[in-house]
Order: sequence, then C-alpha cells, then structure tokens
Amino acid sequence: MNDVHKEKGTNKSLSLFFKSSFIVSAVIIVISSILLYFTFTFDIVPPILNRGIQPATFPKALLILIIALTLLTYFISLKNPWKNEKKLPNSFYITLFSFLVFIIVSKFLDFFLGIALLSIIVSYFWGERRVTYLIMVSIIFPLIVFVFFETILGLRFPPGIITNLYYG
Amino acid sequence: MENLGLIFAPLFSYKLLIVLFFGTIFGLILGVLPGLGPTTGGALILPFTMTLDPLSAIVLLTAIYCAGTYGGAITAILINTPGTPAAAATCLDGYPLAQKGEAGRALGMATVSSVIGGIASVIVLIFFAPLLANLAYEFGQPEYFALAIFGLTMLASIGEGSPIKNLIAGAFGILISTVGKDFMTSIDRFTFGINELTEGIGFIPVVVGLFAISEMLTQSTLINQIFNRVALKAVKLPSIDDYKKTWKTIIRSSGIGSFIGVLPAEGGTVASLIGYAEAKRWSKKPEDFGKGSIEGIAGAEAANNAATGGAMVPTLALGIPGSATTAVILTGLIIHGVRPGPDLFREQPEFLYGIFGSMLIANILFFVLGFFGAKIFARITLVPNKLLWPMIFAVSVCGTYSLNQSIIDVWLMLLFGVIGFFMRRYGFSVVPVIIGLILGELVEGTLRQSLVIFDGNWLMFLQRPIALTFFVLSLIALSFPLIKRKKKNDKV
Repeated sequence: MNDVHKEKGTNKSLSLFFKSSFIVSAVIIVISSILLYFTFTFDIVPPILNRGIQPATFPKALLILIIALTLLTYFISLKNPWKNEKKLPNSFYITLFSFLVFIIVSKFLDFFLGIALLSIIVSYFWGERRVTYLIMVSIIFPLIVFVFFETILGLRFPPGIITNLYYG
Repeated sequence: MENLGLIFAPLFSYKLLIVLFFGTIFGLILGVLPGLGPTTGGALILPFTMTLDPLSAIVLLTAIYCAGTYGGAITAILINTPGTPAAAATCLDGYPLAQKGEAGRALGMATVSSVIGGIASVIVLIFFAPLLANLAYEFGQPEYFALAIFGLTMLASIGEGSPIKNLIAGAFGILISTVGKDFMTSIDRFTFGINELTEGIGFIPVVVGLFAISEMLTQSTLINQIFNRVALKAVKLPSIDDYKKTWKTIIRSSGIGSFIGVLPAEGGTVASLIGYAEAKRWSKKPEDFGKGSIEGIAGAEAANNAATGGAMVPTLALGIPGSATTAVILTGLIIHGVRPGPDLFREQPEFLYGIFGSMLIANILFFVLGFFGAKIFARITLVPNKLLWPMIFAVSVCGTYSLNQSIIDVWLMLLFGVIGFFMRRYGFSVVPVIIGLILGELVEGTLRQSLVIFDGNWLMFLQRPIALTFFVLSLIALSFPLIKRKKKNDKV
C-alpha cells in the first residue's frame, strides 16, 4: 500500500515537470541565464573613461528582472494553473520544417528557389492539390514579387542558381 | 491653432489623395483578413514607402491604420472571426445580429460608429498633441526615462493577458534593443561574432516575425477550421431608432477609445473591450448583449477606431508609441528622417497637420468604401489560407530582406516568428515586445545619460517633480492589476 502511495507521489511530482508552465519557465530561465553569463564577457570600460554605468549593467539588470518575473509567474501558476494547450498538429511541424528547407536552400542554392519550395510544401500540406494553383503560388507569385521589388525598389537579391540567370 | 487651416492641405494634393485611396483600400483588405491587420500590413509596406516622400509615406501608413481597424469588423460580423484583435468585442453582438438576417444593419452601425469614433479621436489628436508637445519642452533625460518606464508599466497593467507576462515580454523587447554596438562606448553586446549584428536587430524582422510569421504558424494549426459565413445583401445605414438607441454609447465609447489610445497599450483591443463593457453597463437592456445588441456593436466599434487618433498623440508629441501599429508608424517616421517630438510641431507644422487632415479623410474614405464595398471586401476572406499564407510569406521575406539587403534579417524574422508563436501559445502578448524594442534605446539612453548628469546618484531621480510623478503613476499602474484581482476575489 505504501509503495502505491509512493508511486502516486512520484508521478505527481514528475507530472509537475511536464506542465507547460514549468517547461516554459525553465526555457526562459535557462536562456536568460546563458545570456546573463555572456554579459560577463562584454568588454569593460576603464574607470577613468567610464561615464555612468558599464555597457553590461543594463542588459544584466534586464535579464535578472526577466528571471525574477519568470519565477514569480511560475509560482503563481502553481495556484492558478495555465490552461492546457492542445497538441500541435502535423501541419505545424511541416510548416516549421519548410522554414528549415527555406533557410538551407536560400543559403546554399537560391533565395527564390527557397521561397518556391516553401510555398509548394506549405500549400500542398495545408490541402492544396490543384497543380495550377500550386504553380501559381510557388512560381508565378514569387516571380511577380521578385520583379516588383527588383524594378520598383531597385533591390538586388542574393546570388543563386536562378537569380544569376536573371542578372546574367 | 493658426495651423488648423493646414489640415485641409491634403485635399488639394492629388498625390496625397491617391496615396490615401490606396492606403484605405489596402487597410480594409488587411483588416478583413483574419491574422493580418494594420500592424503586420504596415510593417510589410514599410520598405515600399521608401519610394515615397515622408508625408506620403506616413499618410499611407495612417490610412492603413484607420481603415484596417475598421476592416476587422466586417469579418467579425460576417464570419464570427475578428479580422483584427480590436474587433474581437464586435463579434459578440455583430455575428448574432447577422445570424438573425440583419448583417446589413450590423455592418451599417459598425461603419457609422467607427467613422464617428475615428473622427472624434482625430479631433482629440489635433488639440491634444500640440499641448502634450508643449509640455514635453519641460522634459529632460530623467523625465523621458520615467515616462518610458510609465509607458511600459501601463502596457503591462492594462494590456491583454497577465501583467507579469506582459512585463516579461516588454523586458525581452528592451533586451533585443541592446543587441549590437553600445551607443555610448561602441562595445559589442550579444553579437556573438556576427558582423551583421553589430548594427543591432532591426525593427522590421522582429515585427514581421512576431506578427506575420507567428500568425502563419498559428494558421498551420487551424487548417481544418471551417467558418460559418453569413450572407450579406447590402450595408444599411442605421435607422433613426438605431441612432436614438446608440448616440450616447457612441459618444461615450469615442471618449473611452481616445483616452485609452493615448495610453501606451494595445490601443484598439483594450479600448473596444472597455467600450463594450461600458455600453452594457449603461444600457437599458443589458440582457440583449451577446444576442445581437446594436448598442454592443456601436460601443465596441466607436471605441476601437477612437483609439487610432488617441494612439497617435504620444507617438507624434513624444516619440512614444501608443500601440503596436503606431510603433510601425514611428519606425516609418524615423526611416524617413523625421524625429517625432516637440520640435516637429514647431518646425514642420505642415507635415503634422497634413497627417491630421489625412486621418480625417481616411475616416471618410473608409466610410464610403465600407458602405458600398463591404460585400466585395467580405469576399476576400474566401481566399483559402493554403494559397494566402505562402504568398504572404513571399512578401514578408522580400520585404524584410529589402531594407538592409541582409539574409540575416530574414533568418531573424523566422526566428522571431517561432518565438512569437510560442509566446502567444503560452499567453504572452507580442505587443509589449514591439513597444519594448522601440522604447529600449530611449530607456537605456536616458537612464545612462541621467546617471551621468546625476553623477551616479540614483536618488536624484526623485528630486525631479515630473519624473517622480511618472514613477508614482508607474507604481499605481503596477498595483492596478493587484487591486483588480483583490476586488474580484472579494466579490467571489
């Protein structure tokens, strides 16, 4: 019987770690702490030249404030729990993945190929199956945007396998 | 007051009228499309404004602001989804009334009350902004620091959601502004050896990321959502009986909206909720609210549009934005080399009064376009998300890239998109981040310069009466949610 109680207690304390309030607070505190560590690596102005506070002081104060407020939010959430969020659907992860595809393709191959690939992935996995619409959204529209920015704003896009064809 | 005649100058400039016309149409489209709105739209259009002169650029942005705020009501009434957050309260009575077969009446009331609220707030702006600008002559560095702190605490206390989460978001926004070379010593902060970060993180990647890209991620979780649309035959002007029922509500909400707009907060969103609640409190038939009350629509719509002019008051007079969209407008001003503040009122009255006049005309234009074109604008919501969002992504990427021609900006935009998505998912508003980012330099700069003036003595802040007043107001603002919670608990 005691063992059962113990097990239940363990589950309860374990479930605490899977609560969104705990995870979100932990992420904010960890990132803030890492950034706080970096503030100690900032160059220091010699006292003779220093006017007012050091450049690291203000970000340090902000990060400490963020950590303190996050802890406060977490302790409040123990009394008033956050509402449970629904599990994220696959379409979200696919959209997130398409961002990654865009970053890699735009960096190593071509900026517009990146946009076209993202558009086709998002449009297809969000439910569009008509080829004409997929072509419109992934090729024709980005092309219009490209020409518009290029001619009206005189913008030069980063070089790439397709962009180079346009620029000759 | 001698400059009042300048208000009519835009009427005699065909160029400004064309800009106003397109700005109003674009604003209506953005307002109608759920998830977009004037803030995202303004941020996306910022790069294009570089081809315009400063006045035309700001006129375009303000027209988008005014029309976009109204446009949200069309979707709120016809598909029960607010086109903009400011139209959330309009859904409560607009959609039930539309379901009763009175969509035209609901839209007519929304249009008329929006226009009255909008025009009333521009009048407030015309008279109040110069007064505030005159007062700002008394402000030194410590006063500006105290004012910025007051702005941030107000944002936390009367903004949507948890005040502590709003404060965290605001501090995060200020932290973003510290990235790059320190403006006083040129020492690198949070640059991690990336050259592009030495100039700091730009406003556009953050705004487009937090609003457009995070919304795209939100929409990716809603792809199976089905909207129930109510058919619209035509927009009807309110009847005499409707005017009799609502005129007091419209006047009250116009006042509430203008006042809330002046305070740095989520402008229209908070204003419409308070306007709606007050309309219900003063109504002879509060039991009708939520079931299609015409007063409910008038209360919400007059208030959210009244916030537009109110929010422009601190933006133009002090350089402190009153809402997320005015933060975009403020960025537009800075990009075009216009420094908001008291000097602007003295040195460039024709510029300022041109903006005031344009806002008045924009309100009249969206009345005409909304009245005759609501049916057409409502059809825009039929564009499926699976086609719309990839297109918005293409414009977002190119627009963000165009300002500095930096691919790092595009990656930052995506990063902030993901951050914004998770912030919204867990109840953190993204608006304080934007306001924090835009106020960050002011907060840090004025604090450090004040400490130089005070020779490092922090207590000297308390010897400045204006600064002390703002600090006391900040404390009151921070304790306001606690008082509200205690009252609520006592009631329970």
